[in-house]
Amino acid sequence: MVTADPVWHEGTVLSTTYATPGGRVLTLHVPEWGGNIAGQHLDLRLTAEDGYQAVRSYSIASVGEGDTIELAVDQIPDGEVSPYLTLDVMTGDQLEVRGPLGGWFVWHETDPSPVQLIGGGSGVVPLVAMMRAHAASGSTVPFNLLYSARSDDEAFYYDELSNAKGADVTFRFTRRGPRGWQHPVGRLTKEVVQQATLPPDSTPMVFVCGPNGFVEAVATWLVELGHDPARVKTERFGGN
Amino acid sequence: MVDMDPHTGVVNVGRIDGNALAGPLSEIFRSDMTLASGECRSCGHLMLLADTVVEMDDAGFIVMCSSCKHVLFTVVKSEKRTWIDVQGLAGLGIPSA
Amino acid sequence: MAVISRGFGARRRESSPELPPGQFLTTDFPVLSAGPTPNVDTSTWEFTIRAFDGETHTWTWGQLMALPIETVDTDIHCVTRWSKLGTSWRGVSLDTLFAGIESEYQYAMVHSYGGYTTNLPLADLLGGKAWIAFEFDGKPLHPEHGGPARLLVPHLYFWKSAKWVQGIVLQANDNPGFWEQNGYHLYGDPWKEQRYW
Repeated sequence: MVTADPVWHEGTVLSTTYATPGGRVLTLHVPEWGGNIAGQHLDLRLTAEDGYQAVRSYSIASVGEGDTIELAVDQIPDGEVSPYLTLDVMTGDQLEVRGPLGGWFVWHETDPSPVQLIGGGSGVVPLVAMMRAHAASGSTVPFNLLYSARSDDEAFYYDELSNAKGADVTFRFTRRGPRGWQHPVGRLTKEVVQQATLPPDSTPMVFVCGPNGFVEAVATWLVELGHDPARVKTERFGGN
Repeated sequence: MVDMDPHTGVVNVGRIDGNALAGPLSEIFRSDMTLASGECRSCGHLMLLADTVVEMDDAGFIVMCSSCKHVLFTVVKSEKRTWIDVQGLAGLGIPSA
Repeated sequence: MAVISRGFGARRRESSPELPPGQFLTTDFPVLSAGPTPNVDTSTWEFTIRAFDGETHTWTWGQLMALPIETVDTDIHCVTRWSKLGTSWRGVSLDTLFAGIESEYQYAMVHSYGGYTTNLPLADLLGGKAWIAFEFDGKPLHPEHGGPARLLVPHLYFWKSAKWVQGIVLQANDNPGFWEQNGYHLYGDPWKEQRYW
C-alpha cells in the first residue's frame, strides 16, 4: 500500500519568474518536503485573513530529493487561485502544500520501456519533470516529447526543451511558430501524432497531459493508431 | 467570478480525472487511492481511480466511471461531516503493501 | 491555524453557507429547456392526477384558481450549479390536490405539455413540499419559465420542478423520467450533490 500523507506543510515562495505571457514559474521552499518522483503533483492551499481557503492541484516540474519545489502556473482568466499565483504572489509569501501526490502518472527510472510524452499547454509540466529525471539518471531508454503550444513564447520551458539532450523533442505550434519556423502551424491532428511519436510496436509507455479536450482527442488517436490503452496514461486538468 | 453561461446558467466546473483525488482522498483513506481500483455497479468496468472522470468543486467531488459515465461515488464535505455516497460502486480494491 | 497567504482572497467567487455544495449564486433567472416552449392557453389547460387504480382526477384552470392558494418563498437550485435565493411564487399545494386520493403506488411520474417527464417519490410531493405554481415574483408565470403553470419542488434540483405541468401519473416503481434517463440522479437532493446517476 502506498501511503498518503494528508498533512499540510508550510512553504515560502523563493522566486517567481515570468515564463509565458500568462504564466509563471515559482520555486517554493518547504522545509518538511522530502522530495518527489517525476510526474507527481501537490495540492496547494491558500488562506485569506478571514479564514477563507482555496485548494488547487499543480504538477511539479522539479524532481528528486530536497526541500525546494518548482511549479509552473498558467493563469486562467476569472480563476480564483491562478491569478494570485501568476500576478500577486511575491518572494517571501507563505502558503501550504500537501504531497507529493499521485503514484500512477509517474515515471520510474527503473522502467526499461521507451517513453513517449505528449503535452498540451501547461500540461507539459509533469513531462518536464520526467525529462529532467531521465537526464539526471543517465537512463538510456528512448525518450520522446511532442509538445503542443500556441506559440514559442506561450510554451513553458521552451529553451530548456529546445536544448534537451538525450531526448527527442518535437514542438507543434497551433497559432504561430518562432521566427524562421519551417514546419506547419496548426492544431495537432492524428497524422501529426502518428508522425511525431514512437510507434506502437516499440511498446512505449505513453504519458499525455493537458486540458481535458486535448487529452481526450490525443488518447483516442493513440488507441486508434494501435497503442495498448493500458500503456497510455493520461492526466487532465480543469483549472482556476 | 464563475464560468457561467449567462443565458442557460450552466456553470462549467470542468471535468478532470481521478489523479486529482490523491490529496482529498488522503484525508479519508490511508493509502494513495488513485492506485485503488473501483468496480462500476452499472457496467461492471474495473478501473483505477486515477482513470475516472471527476467533477470537483469546493465542497467535494463526483467520481464517474470512465467507461459508462455513471456515478461511482460522491464525496460531499460540510462543516459537520463528510458524506460519501457509494451507491454506484460495486467494490473498491486497495493494493496491499 | 493555517498560515495566511498575504493578499489572497480578493478574487474569491460568490458562494454562501446557505448554498448546497458546488452551487453558485445568481441573481438572474436562467432558462434551460430540453425542447421548445409549448404554447398552452389557460382556456384549454387541464391538470390530471391518475391514481394507482387508474382513476383520474382533473382540474381546469378555473377549478385550480378556486382552490386555496399559497405564497411560497424559497430558494431554487439548478443541477447546472446556479442557485437563486429568495424566490417568490404563488400556487396550489399538491396536498390540496391529493386530498382524498389514496395510493398504493409510492412513486410519481410528472408529465408536461410538450412531452417532458420527471420522476420522484410521492412522499416528496406531499407534506408541504410541492405546488402547482402559476405566479412568480408577483406576476403570471412566463411561458419561458414554465407558464401558465409549473410544478414547484424546491427541495430537489430544479429539473424536478417540471415546466408546463400537465399531470401526474402514480407508478409502482421509481421509473426514470427524461433527464433521469439521460444520466441525472433518480432523486436529486442538492444537499448531497446528487446530480448524476
